[in-house]
Amino acid sequence: MIGRLVPVILFLALGILLAVGLKIADHKTEIPSPLIGKKMPEFTLPVLGQPEVMVSHDELIGTPFLLNVWASWCVTCRVEHPVIEELARSGLIRVVGLNYRDEEADAQAWLARFGNPYALNIADITGRTAIDFGVYAAPESFLVDPKGNIVFKQIGAVTPEVIQQEIVPRVAQWSKAP
Amino acid sequence: MSIKHLLLTLTLVLITAVAQAADPLVFDDPTQEERYNELTLELRCLVCQNQNLADSDAPLAQDLRKEIYDMMMAGQDNEQIKTFLVDRYGDFVLYRPKMEGNTLLLWLMPGILMVIGAIAVFFTVRNRNRRLAADRQQG
Repeated sequence: MIGRLVPVILFLALGILLAVGLKIADHKTEIPSPLIGKKMPEFTLPVLGQPEVMVSHDELIGTPFLLNVWASWCVTCRVEHPVIEELARSGLIRVVGLNYRDEEADAQAWLARFGNPYALNIADITGRTAIDFGVYAAPESFLVDPKGNIVFKQIGAVTPEVIQQEIVPRVAQWSKAP
Repeated sequence: MSIKHLLLTLTLVLITAVAQAADPLVFDDPTQEERYNELTLELRCLVCQNQNLADSDAPLAQDLRKEIYDMMMAGQDNEQIKTFLVDRYGDFVLYRPKMEGNTLLLWLMPGILMVIGAIAVFFTVRNRNRRLAADRQQG
């Protein structure tokens, strides 16, 4: 009697396993970043359009910011752009751009055409700094706290929901505790 | 299409495959090259997640291959190179994840399934033998 039930039980167990697998598969393309809670990686890179002006990670520490990794070749960045622009306009947080593996002329043309929401744009032509940030697909965004720690990473486009749920509460916390 | 055309097409296809696969890298000795090839086979391309770094033509995969090459040339060992990537991209870059609390099930599952299978086979065979023996006695 019990022998008869074994295949049924095994079948159900396999079914549950596969169902869980399917559920997880939806989120699988998003890789949790090991950098959350850590200091942002060190870098010294030129400002986009001003190759003689260098910016380093030190200079950004003090005021929290959202580092938005973008490129003119990145289609989703264009979709994301109005949201980033709205975020910058709201004054909630400083938005710093990391122009990733781009040609300078293309990047400038892109900004001229769609608008420039960035307080500062850092040019990572080789993509070497992006590797240190664990970037694997633009757009990606990193929320950096006043001490220079990465506290949140968005893979893919920043949406109004992401701003409300992930960014607003954290910024509110920082302004409370001086 | 004639045989001649077919052969020409095949040759061209093969040449492109070789041309794509070749990174113009110079190694000190064949062992080093082998090490490089093994490493890039074992590491995942994060853009196209079911490919390894060796096979992928994604720009990031090219960057990471170059990074691995530079690190090898700087005398870093495999562990250091893997740690470099894991620190940035997490365990997901490793096609052979480390044995840890959260990967234990992944590592042990094949063994567990083997044991379950062996037990199932054992009981099935024993039951059948008993039935056959019983049949023989009756007959």
